[in-house]
Amino acid sequence: MLDNLSVNQRAAILSVVMLVVGLLIWESVIPAQKAVGELTEYERLTGGGQPKAGVPPPSQVLSKAWEQLSDPFYDAGPNDKGIGIQIGYSIYRVLTGYVLAAVVAIPLGFLIGMSQVAYKAFNPFIQVLRPISPLAWMPLALFIIQDSEASAIFVIFICSIWPMLLNTAFGVAGVRKDWVNVARTHELGSLRTAFTVILPAAAPTIVTGMRISIGIAWLVIVAAEMLVGGTGIGYYVWNEWNNLDLTSVIFSILMIGVVGMLLDAAFGFLQRAVAYAE
Amino acid sequence: MSKPFLSIDRLTQQFPDGQGGTLTVFENASFGIEQGEFVCILGHSGCGKSTIMNILAGLAEPTSGAVTMDGAEISGPSLDRGVVFQNYSLLPWLSTLKNVTFGVKAREPGWTKSEVEAHARKYLAMVGLEGDVVHRKPSQLSGGMRQRVSIARAFANHPKLLLLDEPFGALDALTRGTIQDELLKIWGGTEQTVFMITHDIDEAILLADRILLMTNGPFARVSESVEITIPRPRNRTEIVEHPNYYAIRNHLVHFLGLRSKELAGQQGDGAEQRPTPVRIDKTAAAEADPETAPPLRAVND
Repeated sequence: MLDNLSVNQRAAILSVVMLVVGLLIWESVIPAQKAVGELTEYERLTGGGQPKAGVPPPSQVLSKAWEQLSDPFYDAGPNDKGIGIQIGYSIYRVLTGYVLAAVVAIPLGFLIGMSQVAYKAFNPFIQVLRPISPLAWMPLALFIIQDSEASAIFVIFICSIWPMLLNTAFGVAGVRKDWVNVARTHELGSLRTAFTVILPAAAPTIVTGMRISIGIAWLVIVAAEMLVGGTGIGYYVWNEWNNLDLTSVIFSILMIGVVGMLLDAAFGFLQRAVAYAE
Repeated sequence: MSKPFLSIDRLTQQFPDGQGGTLTVFENASFGIEQGEFVCILGHSGCGKSTIMNILAGLAEPTSGAVTMDGAEISGPSLDRGVVFQNYSLLPWLSTLKNVTFGVKAREPGWTKSEVEAHARKYLAMVGLEGDVVHRKPSQLSGGMRQRVSIARAFANHPKLLLLDEPFGALDALTRGTIQDELLKIWGGTEQTVFMITHDIDEAILLADRILLMTNGPFARVSESVEITIPRPRNRTEIVEHPNYYAIRNHLVHFLGLRSKELAGQQGDGAEQRPTPVRIDKTAAAEADPETAPPLRAVND
């Protein structure tokens, strides 16, 4: 029977099976709360009848997800906002920091890629700054900027700049000499050469850098928001942990994954759009 | 003697040899090309043909010497000198049509979009690319089709001088023949001056008005200028019947096989080095007296 299905169909069936089996195992290993009548006297005296904090079963997570996703944008005060609002704040910070990084990294990468001197001059700074964990900048950012919102954006900026900068420089430096010669024999000015030949030639490498950057930015925003607090999905996770609401924690972990996947898919789409075969 | 349309005067190219000295590829090379002429240059690898080509295209600077075209000294690349590169050099992210309009737009910035496209389509049609093919990317075309696009791009720009750098070197023999015929056809309809590098003797005889022969490097020289005394229009199956064909071919084979080595490495005495004109014509002799005609006649003028 399976032989008649395509590879994709077979893979889909296997995925569903793994999901169901995984959820069943999860559900079955969570010990059920005993009813009050079944408790021994000792258990009753030691508070065994109280609701226990434990890892919730998937059925609870699913009902939580249903509850949250059916009204994602409610706003009931500073510590009680819908998941949609929290994710919205995170995406807003990520995109702001990311766009600022792109505005700096792509032109600078162009310059570094075009000029050996610029490459050698910038390289030591890049090599020292690049391995710094973006969160290490947070205290300095908070002190200088004096605004937690802008500091979070700065952290996103600083972590997403490096892959874009290096990939742009690498892509621009690797543009085939023949294509540049085509531009030269057609008397294109340097600006037109940059936009009509070098940019499309280097675009696949540049977009790869952009895709790596957005992935890192999404990883970092959760940690940054745990630190700065107030709003955002990272803050939400930490807040629910403080509330000991593990159902919400697990639900928001899943949401972080889903949004990260969507961001990556958007850049995957862009990558296919600028790809070319030689 | 008035200056030819394209005049190469005392061109010298030296490169550092990596051990502190210099390597002279060629020195004091001088030759000219007339307007509307189709000139091929033949020589072994490493003799500096491509260097000459790059200098003419303006992509490289000679160590010394000058190239004058149409009365003006050339410096840097220009739309007046179109180049067809051996590896086609099409922009792979653009469709076939866009690759040609890319050139036309650079040449005629004032044209409307539809004018540019119609012009590009006309030249693509000349090399047999019509219909849906023009919307394909270069990666979806065969090597022969890619080189056709490259030729269309060059001709569509009406350069004063067309430079062909071994355009058929990467193609199989059958495709090469077809595109040579197409090139002859397009060229026949224009007054295009063409300078072409090739390794293929038969190709050179089929296409050229004149063949420049280079000796081996270093200190390579453009040693002879052989006139192809076979009337046009030429056809690959008919020219082999022409009495001059094998005489010219034997002369070229002899040069490339033996004399290019014998003449190699002779350092010049600082004098300008012009190729010796060679004219081989057996038709007149054959009519007059086939028995006593000399097999080869070199005329110096």
